[in-house]
Amino acid sequence: MKEISCKLLVVGAGPGGYVCAIRAGQLGIDTVIVERDRPGGTCLTVGCIPSKALIHAADEFGKVVRMSAGKTPLGISLADPKIDLKRTVAWKDNIVGRLTNGVTSLFKKAGVKTVYGWATFRDGKTIEVATETGLQVIRAETVVIATGSAPVELPSLPFGGPVISSTDALALQDVPGRLVVIGAGYIGLELGTAFAKLGAKVTVVEALPRILPLYDAELTRPVAKRLAGLGVEVLTGAKAVGLGPKMEVVRVETADGKEVALPADKVLVTVGRKPLTEGWGIEELVLDMSGKFIRIDEQCRTSMRGVFAIGDVTGEPMLAHRAMAQGEMVAEIVAGHQRSWDKRSIPAVCFTDPEVVSAGLSPEQARALGREVLTALFPFQANGRAMTMLAEEGFIRVTARADNHLVLGIQAVGQGVSEFSAAFSLAIEMGARLEDIAGTIHAHPTQSEAFHEAAMRALGHAVHI
Amino acid sequence: MGEHVIKLPDVGEGVAEAELVEWHVKVGDLVREDAVLAAVMTDKATVEIPSPTDGEVLWLGAEIGETVAVGSPIVRLKVAGEGNTAVKEAPAEAKPAKGEMSRQNVPDLRAESAGKTASLVEVEPEPAPLERPVPRLPVSGPARDAGERPLAAPAVRLRAKEAGVDLRQVPGTGPAGRITHDDIDAFLARGRQVARPTGLAPNTAVEDVKVVGLRRKIAEKMALAKSRIPHITYVEEVDVTALEDLRAALNKEKAAGRPKLTLLPFLMRAMVRAISEQPALNAIYDDEAGVIHRHGGVHIGIATQTQSGLLVTVVHHAEARDIWDCAAEVARLSEAARDGTAKREELSGSTITITSLGAMGGVATTPVINHPEVAIIGVNKMMVRPVWDGTQFIPRKMMNLSSSFDHRVIDGWDAAVFIQRIKALLETPALIFVEG
Repeated sequence: MKEISCKLLVVGAGPGGYVCAIRAGQLGIDTVIVERDRPGGTCLTVGCIPSKALIHAADEFGKVVRMSAGKTPLGISLADPKIDLKRTVAWKDNIVGRLTNGVTSLFKKAGVKTVYGWATFRDGKTIEVATETGLQVIRAETVVIATGSAPVELPSLPFGGPVISSTDALALQDVPGRLVVIGAGYIGLELGTAFAKLGAKVTVVEALPRILPLYDAELTRPVAKRLAGLGVEVLTGAKAVGLGPKMEVVRVETADGKEVALPADKVLVTVGRKPLTEGWGIEELVLDMSGKFIRIDEQCRTSMRGVFAIGDVTGEPMLAHRAMAQGEMVAEIVAGHQRSWDKRSIPAVCFTDPEVVSAGLSPEQARALGREVLTALFPFQANGRAMTMLAEEGFIRVTARADNHLVLGIQAVGQGVSEFSAAFSLAIEMGARLEDIAGTIHAHPTQSEAFHEAAMRALGHAVHI
Repeated sequence: MGEHVIKLPDVGEGVAEAELVEWHVKVGDLVREDAVLAAVMTDKATVEIPSPTDGEVLWLGAEIGETVAVGSPIVRLKVAGEGNTAVKEAPAEAKPAKGEMSRQNVPDLRAESAGKTASLVEVEPEPAPLERPVPRLPVSGPARDAGERPLAAPAVRLRAKEAGVDLRQVPGTGPAGRITHDDIDAFLARGRQVARPTGLAPNTAVEDVKVVGLRRKIAEKMALAKSRIPHITYVEEVDVTALEDLRAALNKEKAAGRPKLTLLPFLMRAMVRAISEQPALNAIYDDEAGVIHRHGGVHIGIATQTQSGLLVTVVHHAEARDIWDCAAEVARLSEAARDGTAKREELSGSTITITSLGAMGGVATTPVINHPEVAIIGVNKMMVRPVWDGTQFIPRKMMNLSSSFDHRVIDGWDAAVFIQRIKALLETPALIFVEG
């Protein structure tokens, strides 16, 4: 097969890689992107998007189940709701299909050449792709590694049989009767909550003392409360030891050292993700590593000249929007623009119930920097719009420097608060002070008034509390 | 729990008010008995105010720089037991700490929010929080601490990047030191200093320093002296070769325990001799009463530089002290002034003053009279200069005296006679010691 030569080669068409390739194409760079599967990566095919579809379906179903049980104050009644998970999954797959097709057509539009197959590096400028039609060699002036990440497997619970990863969970055709989730990070809790709403009896096992350990306790308390309300049992400080002999139970060592057997039809293991740094010839490149990640500088350059790396393979936070921003930046650098990583905020969102969003520093992190800080929260219980949506759980919290009131961090927990990530990050990127937020009219009646009030409260003059 | 009010005590004889120069406590502090609460300054001395009892500071009654009358309350303490206030003023109720969710409030809030339109007008404004410091935001100049990341919106950062401007070098004029597009314009217009990180850069910072304490006293005193007294300044040179020889000999021979002699005690003794012939120079002029108080005692003020500024220590009755005694007293007082232990009477009562900067004394100065005195003698730097002796130049140790006089009561002639007399005494130092 004839060799391809190009200016820019992107390996991996996840959110980092495809954004990089499209932007490079827009900038007139001769670009090739290699993907083993279909474009979209974890995010579009087995992560963000499909899980949100499932979570939405579960939310809707959970609501009508409550209504049918007469548990809603809204006066709505209905009888015997049912869900056909096969149709739900088909609907989800349709969304995924539309999006991946969308990416493919964006490649075309931007003039990006796509090659499908497994890529292996020969050296820093050359890769081989095992395509359906044979080996394709590609030579490039510049290479971007965007190979992403994969779910971490537990040695005691290898994937297979009843033990599934998040990818498998999104493709289940039936709701498991009893689901044990190992790991109470955001992926485990999002999926565990969804299956609980779909009717599964869910138990969550977490080795650390509390759920969502990357967020502070104040922020995650409403989530823990809601899990209890959904009948989800949470075992913290507990470790999965392995499956029972007939694979029908998970053996778990609880916080007090006892071993219990949790009956399970499926065991969802969500104990984190690891960068994909194996199987594509990283050993042929002389790359400095940073732990298990590829070390990059503020322009996403690796230690090898002409080789960039972006996305999950380069470190935490392993989030699609970080990868996208890196991809865009690298494309522009390759096009000769002056760019470097100068983002102040990489917001993080958990689509738990209620949702959690965080931008910038938590009060604790801000104090740890040795600064005197002002911090205040405003509860949705005091927000009119929240009441009208049965969404009184949660709050918005603001932290700022005490000396000049520069906003350092904003968090929220509550129904639908993921959409606040835009407002929060904008405030931080623009260098807002508390007075800027307090001086901005927030529309009434919306939940966003809580943002305004939290800022005013930090300044000592909240109105509605 | 009671309240104990601490009033400004009588801090010195005849002192009716004092300036508060330092707080050692702030509201909310717990203090023990005898802990220092504040420092106040009278005309010359700084006095610390101790706490008479254990307690918690509720209120501070003056700002730094404020003048407080003796007997007026300066601190209120919350103390165990009755306290010392008969009539209890309602103490300001402490607000619950900010950021602390109080669950009890929530039901009210719901009601409030439910009738939101009404509540918008009805809600009582929250009282201004106590003791909230007003943030001082500089309007220009780099507001960032060293090493801190520059604050700028993404569009500004992008533009800087493309223009090759290092934002760390751009002063931000926006709130919290935020860098604006205009700041980049200004930076570029000034000529980018980005290529020369160690180069010259305009520093537009303005630091506000409150003039308080000793500095304010000095300022007032200097302004008073210069606005009230028409100064005449007279500069003459003195050949101190013989004096220096004598001084060196005396220092070499001096008995153990005797102070090292500097030039000052000789000058003081010479002044005593000259004043005995011209008592008009050793006087206090009360210009409001129209009276000149000519003092018999020669109380020589010695201007002394201290950490916080200029103080004048006073050697009382120089006419009754020999040269060694003068030297010892000067040394003792300057030490006391520098470590802040000088007493009020050691810092007041002078009738004529000497100002000397030693090796920093320069060629000539225009000393400011220590009001309400009428004369001040300034000592300039001694140096070896060529002097024509009629046939040749010879090296001599020469020193200038720059002296100012109150021209309202001292004529130029008298001033000149006075300095010429001192010159003669210093040039032939034996004359200082010859009696009769």
